[in-house]
Amino acid sequence: MSTVIELLQQVVEGIGSGAVYASLALALVLIHRFTGIVNFAQGELAMISTYVAWQLVASGMSFWLALPVTLAVSFAGGMLIERVVIRPVQGAPELTVVIVTVGLFIFVNAMAGLIWSFTVKDFPQPFPDGGIDLAGVRVDWSTLGIIAVVAAVMALLYLLFQHTSVGLVMRAVACNPASARLSGIRVGRVLMLGWGLAATVGAVSGVLVAPLLFLEPNMMGGVLIYAFAAATLGGFDSPVGAVVGGLLVGVAETLAGAYVDVIGADLKVGVPLLIILAVLLVRPQGLFGRAAVERA
Amino acid sequence: MSTLPTTPATDRSRRLRVALIGLLAAGLALGTPFYFAPFQVFQLTMVLLYAVALAGLNLLVGFGGQISLGHGAFFAAGAYTAAVMLDRYDTGHLATLPVAALVCFLLGLGFGVPALRLRGLYLALVTLSFAVFLPPLLKRLEVVTGGSMGLTVDKLQPPAWSGLAEDQWMYLVVLAVTAVTLLLARNLLRSRVGRALLAVRDNESAAEVMGVRLSLHKTLAFAWSAMFAGVSGCVYTWVIGYVSPDSFSFVLSITLLAGLVVGGLASLYGPLLGAAFVMYVPSVAQDISDAAPGVVFGLLIIVVMFVAPTGLAGLVGRARGAVARRLTRTTTLSDRSRPQPTPDIKPTSSSSVPSAPADPAPTDAEPVGAPPRTEKE
Repeated sequence: MSTVIELLQQVVEGIGSGAVYASLALALVLIHRFTGIVNFAQGELAMISTYVAWQLVASGMSFWLALPVTLAVSFAGGMLIERVVIRPVQGAPELTVVIVTVGLFIFVNAMAGLIWSFTVKDFPQPFPDGGIDLAGVRVDWSTLGIIAVVAAVMALLYLLFQHTSVGLVMRAVACNPASARLSGIRVGRVLMLGWGLAATVGAVSGVLVAPLLFLEPNMMGGVLIYAFAAATLGGFDSPVGAVVGGLLVGVAETLAGAYVDVIGADLKVGVPLLIILAVLLVRPQGLFGRAAVERA
Repeated sequence: MSTLPTTPATDRSRRLRVALIGLLAAGLALGTPFYFAPFQVFQLTMVLLYAVALAGLNLLVGFGGQISLGHGAFFAAGAYTAAVMLDRYDTGHLATLPVAALVCFLLGLGFGVPALRLRGLYLALVTLSFAVFLPPLLKRLEVVTGGSMGLTVDKLQPPAWSGLAEDQWMYLVVLAVTAVTLLLARNLLRSRVGRALLAVRDNESAAEVMGVRLSLHKTLAFAWSAMFAGVSGCVYTWVIGYVSPDSFSFVLSITLLAGLVVGGLASLYGPLLGAAFVMYVPSVAQDISDAAPGVVFGLLIIVVMFVAPTGLAGLVGRARGAVARRLTRTTTLSDRSRPQPTPDIKPTSSSSVPSAPADPAPTDAEPVGAPPRTEKE
């Protein structure tokens, strides 16, 4: 009995960290849907958003006021990056685009170090201590909080995409940019909007994970790998897949770390590598993705 | 026909020029350790060493069109192979080189197989996560690798007969290794394998139709490329005498790619320029702040991609091209006056060829189009 409870305990913790991976994976998927780019700098953008939040809180703002300000800054930053950095290479060979996002990764990472130094900073925990007891399984308020926030972000994105005219336009661009442009949609602006949204969703993941990992410029490096695994598992063009993938990766990681002796706590980062490899070899389009058909 | 007598002459002068430049470069390269201070010689040694890894990465990324964000891992594998051999079995330094090369070649071959199914972005993802995974794995395999403490081994020592200082000897040995590997890379690219690789990069389907075996060449590209990185890592152990998991974090992989891009993708001497960049930019920028190298690196990568996708080597090539165009414009003008009589022979031979004088249009068109074509060849 106790082993079952222990297992459930691990699953709950896995879901908690999985929700964070899910939100970063969601950001990756959003950008991939709109531009066909995998943004290697996504984690670093989330990291720098988190620094903005930290700076606001450190200068005396309350956390719940700092959060919307941070999200707004991230949104604007994402739009700016699309316009300045990504637009010039839109449509260039994949190699060029990947290298540009890698350059962005290095640049943003170093800028954070330049501004805020590489020393670790304490990030305030927005959720209360303690938790609730569900039939012997302890669920921390912070875990519940993370899950609730990610669920709320999902719901908002769903409403935006399915029930607003902006969402309709965005879906049109994601579906077929050329046709969208012909029917009068300003594709460039929609792409900026997409990057802004992705940066915002990524910022949420950064703010959620910072109290657990402590804030430093390399904080999101590991999370990014898990988010890649989540997006690959769910399918790079499926937002639902990103969330499901994130939760699965989180649970798999926690269980592997707890029950597989060979892996243990230190080699957990091998789990996303295994997941990515397995998915790509068995079902490259992911669980929810559509297989790409290639015309020779 | 008209071009035949001039070809050997230009060929000979070009060969002479190449040989002269080569001799000059070799003289400079060989004389360097006797002129500069030990620390500067050490830095140059590191440039040469990185150039080998970048040349390997260039085979894969520049010429093969596959993206690897994990070449630091192969570099680490080569370095650890050498370190473990020196530490445990006390083999000589030289013996570690072929073993490290072989180990990394096989690793690359193993990695090349899943890489076949992964194109572009996905390959980048897998290689990146491999590079992230490697340091904790090295720490775990403590029995062999010495864990997070790393391994300290003997550096390469100059033989007594040479009378050279340590840094000078190391430089010369690394120079020899680099020269051989760069030559190997160059010849590899000019061989059947290289042409197949380029064909695959430019158009997979077309290459396959032409009879290039995609899977074989993509896997081999990965293996060769990993082998170069491994050789570079092995030499790194010789020079530094110490390996630890934290020296081979994924930042190394990203730095290698960054260096290659800035140096020049798909260029033969781009790796050398890129290696100098990887070595000197951090050491110069570090004086400003810890983060400055990253800022400069990141910014330069993006700027290079925007304005000079062929990197520093491409800029040099472009400048040379512009100068050469100036020069050739004047020479072709003087040349044109000379071979004028030879085309006169051509029309007579080609006008005898048309078998159907009844059709005036093609016979008219042919002599006009034909002479320039033969002239170019």
